[in-house]
Amino acid sequence: MERKKILEVKGLKQYFGTASNPIKAVDDISFYVYEGETLGLVGESGCGKSTTGRSIIRLYDVTDGEILFNGENIASIKARKDLKKFNKDMQMIFQDPYASLNPRMTASEIIGEAFDIHGMYKDKKERREKVAELLEAVGLSRLHASRYAHEFSGGQRQRIGIARALSLDPSFIIADEPISALDVSIQAQVVNLLKQLQRERNLTYLFIAHDLSMVKYISDRIAVMYRGRIVELGPADEIYNEPKHPYTKSLLSAVPQPDPLSERKRQRIPYTHEEVDGDVIRKETSPGHFVFGTAQQLQNWGI
Amino acid sequence: MTLEKQKLEKLPANAFEVVGSRQAEQDKLADKSVSFWKEVFYRFIQNKLAVFGFVLLTIIIGMAIVVPEVSQYKYSDQLGVYNQPPSADHWFGTDDLGRDIFVRIWAGARISLFIGITAAFIDLIIGVLWGSIAGLAGGRTDNIMMRLADVLTAVPYLLVVIILIVVMEPGLVPMIIALCITGWINMARIVRGEVLSIKNQEYVLAARTLGAGTGHLIVKHLIPNALGAILVTMTLTIPAAIFTESFLSYLGLGVPAPMASWGTMASEGNKALMSYPWRLFFPALFISMTIFAFNAVGDGLRDALDPKLRK
Repeated sequence: MERKKILEVKGLKQYFGTASNPIKAVDDISFYVYEGETLGLVGESGCGKSTTGRSIIRLYDVTDGEILFNGENIASIKARKDLKKFNKDMQMIFQDPYASLNPRMTASEIIGEAFDIHGMYKDKKERREKVAELLEAVGLSRLHASRYAHEFSGGQRQRIGIARALSLDPSFIIADEPISALDVSIQAQVVNLLKQLQRERNLTYLFIAHDLSMVKYISDRIAVMYRGRIVELGPADEIYNEPKHPYTKSLLSAVPQPDPLSERKRQRIPYTHEEVDGDVIRKETSPGHFVFGTAQQLQNWGI
Repeated sequence: MTLEKQKLEKLPANAFEVVGSRQAEQDKLADKSVSFWKEVFYRFIQNKLAVFGFVLLTIIIGMAIVVPEVSQYKYSDQLGVYNQPPSADHWFGTDDLGRDIFVRIWAGARISLFIGITAAFIDLIIGVLWGSIAGLAGGRTDNIMMRLADVLTAVPYLLVVIILIVVMEPGLVPMIIALCITGWINMARIVRGEVLSIKNQEYVLAARTLGAGTGHLIVKHLIPNALGAILVTMTLTIPAAIFTESFLSYLGLGVPAPMASWGTMASEGNKALMSYPWRLFFPALFISMTIFAFNAVGDGLRDALDPKLRK
């Protein structure tokens, strides 16, 4: 049986700057996300991962391409009323837990903000109960509701950010490097929380990160981005164990190993940038594992 | 060291007691929330100069309200005793028309403060609107709006004011208009800067992904976060307006007689400086004290609101 694709991105382009001299943050990428899975999106800083996420959730007006969410092209929606409907289904968790909470608002105001916007839970008691429920769902106490953002630690703040993203009961969540600003022990907590919420609420994640070990842990499939393009996409284990694209190989060789013996033997594989000239083709090396490159490149890489 | 180790080894396992997690208890103990404005208040009252300025300001405003009402003299009464030095009857002396300077100071305070505060409020409204629209819209709109403001600042201010007051007859209204013509630009610039930085904060993006419209963003995110800067600018605009008023009055462009403002009083007192110095001294003193008080409060507020000073 064919699995349902909740999100399908086709030829997404996001250019900034002037039309004559565009900065191609995202340059013609296509991928899809199955319902209920986690797609990890990795790549170095500035490769367009976050821009991809923000374009999908329509924080930017996309330059070109289609974004099919549950079969509906959301890239072409202009009216805010129609966008509101889709806001309920797709939410985002932000990178910086310090910048993503308004310092003038209490936790309950932050989590309940969406209720004001969408006119839900007008009854005060009902609203308080819903906020408390969300706080507890992310492992905080209902007593935290009246506190201000600066009274929380980084991990707690990120939990509030997650609670806010859950407040509208979305089915798809874009997690934009949700753990990169947290220290390692808290990272594990937050990732486990995300996994638990995924099970409980049947969520689909687009998980953007640059920490490969963490991405492997949470993702079912991984897409590797480089300079605004996807270079390799496949099941997490395959990408991790049998990378095909030289950039993926290089990226993986940079991951430190916990075992001191293998860490000592670890060799960095340098990657030299290759200008792409000619049509990029997508080659399926094994079922569901794609490598992107020109015909010449693929031949050179022995694929 | 070895002794302690031995002691530890001797501890029987049942010496320990499982107390379990005290998460709920911890949450309760810490459950004393300090809101942002409360914290600002605590920091403000720790600044002695600012508190002193605030008290001084309260006294000046209180006196301006009370004194002209309860005093036995009226500010325009000519009492027939000319150029008296300060005495028990006339605390600050009398002027060349025999008017009590003490009463005139507080009647003048009303005018000066009224002009200062009104001008600051008009600046506030125009400046906040102009700045937030320019900041939010960005791009070409922002460019046009801010260049317009630049052009206005480039015109020699004094010339505009003098022409305006000559055309409109000196009085309260033309004075306020004159003060507001360019006064709002500073506020507009500051608000625009704040809006530009706030609108790209992640919490604003988060609100947008939740489906928030422009109105919601302005009310819930932009204004609360720009309020600090707006407040500080305002407390610094009031003394500037009072000072400009005094200075225009000194040039003879102020409120018409027998009304008194500190500026007109200083201007009249200046003529008799050599013989009756108190006629200049008192208005000058109160202008300085008020401006000082407002500046101290404004500085204190700015420090109290600065997030970099937060623990």
